[in-house]
Amino acid sequence: MKIDVSHVTKQFGSFAALAGVDLEIKSGELVALLGPSGSGKTTLLRIIAGLEWPDEGQVFFDGTDALARSVRERHVGFVFQHYALFRHLTVFENVAFGLRVKPRRRRPDEAKIRAKVHELLDLVQLRPLAERHPNQLSGGQRQRIALARALAIEPSVLLLDEPFGALDAKVRKELRRWLRHLHESINVTSVFVTHDQEEALEVADRVVVMDKGRIEQVGTPEEVYERPATSFVHDFIGESVVIPVSVADGALHFGGGRLALDSQGVHTGDARLFVRPADIHVGPPDDAPLKGTVKRVHGIGSARRLEIDLVPAYSIEIDASGTGATPGDLIGLTPNRYRVFAVGA
Amino acid sequence: MSVSVGTLVSHRKKPADAARAVRSEPALVRWTVVAIAILFLFVFLVLPLATVFQQAFSRGLGAYLAALAQPDALAAIQLTLMVAAISVALNLVFGLIAAWAIAKFDFPGKSVLITLIDLPFSVSPVISGLVFILLFGAQGFFGRWMQDHDIQIIFALPGIVLATVLVTFPFVARELIPLMQEQGTQEEEAAISLGASGLQTFFRVTLPNVKWALLYGVLLCNARAMGEFGAVSVVSGHVRGETNTMPLHVEILYNEYQFAAAFAVASLLALLALVTLVLKAVLERRLDAE
Repeated sequence: MKIDVSHVTKQFGSFAALAGVDLEIKSGELVALLGPSGSGKTTLLRIIAGLEWPDEGQVFFDGTDALARSVRERHVGFVFQHYALFRHLTVFENVAFGLRVKPRRRRPDEAKIRAKVHELLDLVQLRPLAERHPNQLSGGQRQRIALARALAIEPSVLLLDEPFGALDAKVRKELRRWLRHLHESINVTSVFVTHDQEEALEVADRVVVMDKGRIEQVGTPEEVYERPATSFVHDFIGESVVIPVSVADGALHFGGGRLALDSQGVHTGDARLFVRPADIHVGPPDDAPLKGTVKRVHGIGSARRLEIDLVPAYSIEIDASGTGATPGDLIGLTPNRYRVFAVGA
Repeated sequence: MSVSVGTLVSHRKKPADAARAVRSEPALVRWTVVAIAILFLFVFLVLPLATVFQQAFSRGLGAYLAALAQPDALAAIQLTLMVAAISVALNLVFGLIAAWAIAKFDFPGKSVLITLIDLPFSVSPVISGLVFILLFGAQGFFGRWMQDHDIQIIFALPGIVLATVLVTFPFVARELIPLMQEQGTQEEEAAISLGASGLQTFFRVTLPNVKWALLYGVLLCNARAMGEFGAVSVVSGHVRGETNTMPLHVEILYNEYQFAAAFAVASLLALLALVTLVLKAVLERRLDAE
């Protein structure tokens, strides 16, 4: 199912959780809402689900007005951050819940319910645990039961709030891959919220980067990583070395000197130069646009990093796996790829 | 009241057995402290309880049963059971609704409501009874109107029930609020997103999640409802065989120097307390397991 979110705003007291959000999610897509806490990503997910209502704006499911329908009628599968499994019911009954509460004329008979629940438990590979209670399961198992429970109602949209947030690193990675495969096999439109960029970039077809109630960029994982649209995205996704610069006469200036770098069309004023640490080439100081003194070297091999005091004054840290620089050396730094953003852009 | 407030909290998490490491007092000190505690318990709890039963049976089993079979005693027992049944049922519903509203929703005046729920614990029961005299008594606020319409509240069953409901209101609500707040609303949201109606959500999710705490609250509420003296005494009018509950009946018999009969009825209340204690212990175990 296709989801259209248009001009949605939501205010909690004086805090603007969403400040005019437009988003289009294609049918069958797996989309990640990525942002720091307070960016509005969970609020947006809950509005799509119908657990929260926007102050303004509209939400459409396949072109029909979703806001006219309650969460009960929207037919969404929602997986909660802390799973929200029914603690007094067994795993089997948790998964069967959505089938048992259907109106009588649409409720499947007991044999059909059993078959459906067993099919779902097989899908999440937890059939042997059917008679356990939620408090007897590990975090990863609870997560998969929550997913099976949401899938029982055959939802047209699957919404997941920080699905891996409460799990330890190893289980996270496994479940991530597993969710990706699950999505490929059931192909239901899915949206998940995360603050973990690695998770979003690895799992999602498209990533929606949010900050302060606004969407900063929507794109494939490659697009948001390789071509960040704003300084926030560059800073939030992947590692960035940020150097304060200024633009004057169409050229970049740093510490009073003119840099031999392109200003990328940024208007006159304060700006910031963003470079991925791995995109900085370390060489002799002669012709390099930036020069600095190596202050400290830490790590070994591929994790070797240099702390550098730039000339005249600013300190940065870069990857330096290939260089033999030692503290005290004067070196030249050439950004192979970089982005310039005006301050506030 | 401080006792029951204490018991309300006591079944929560017990501290781990870390005492061993810090227990360095000499044996003599330890045993003295334990002995004092046991002696205190014996003098103030066990001895009075034993006396009740000893006095009740002081004239033999025949006199004991005769005292209970007396029409006024039977009427008192019947009235007490009826008052308890009505007030516990009402407070079960009120308490559940109040706890639900407080735990699951945000609304202005919520903290005031939480404070108000505790009011009956901090007000003397006599005041709780007097309030209804002031409202519904002959000289009371609604007194004239009620006389005109021939409605009898004070010195009748409705008055006794009202006073009991007021005094016992906090038990169910207080037991449920912290548990429901801790559980949050996610399970309800999950139920609704799976297509459950409001009623289905309540009966399939909310209620089962608090059933032991609810039973616990009902148990304490019932014990207090049957044993309440002060508030009921003010509104009852002490009409023998009609508006006397068991505690009031005990007092009347005692004042008339019918000690064996008084203690016979009192022994039933003491028995209720013992049964309540046992059930409480069982429920606490269930609550801890949850």
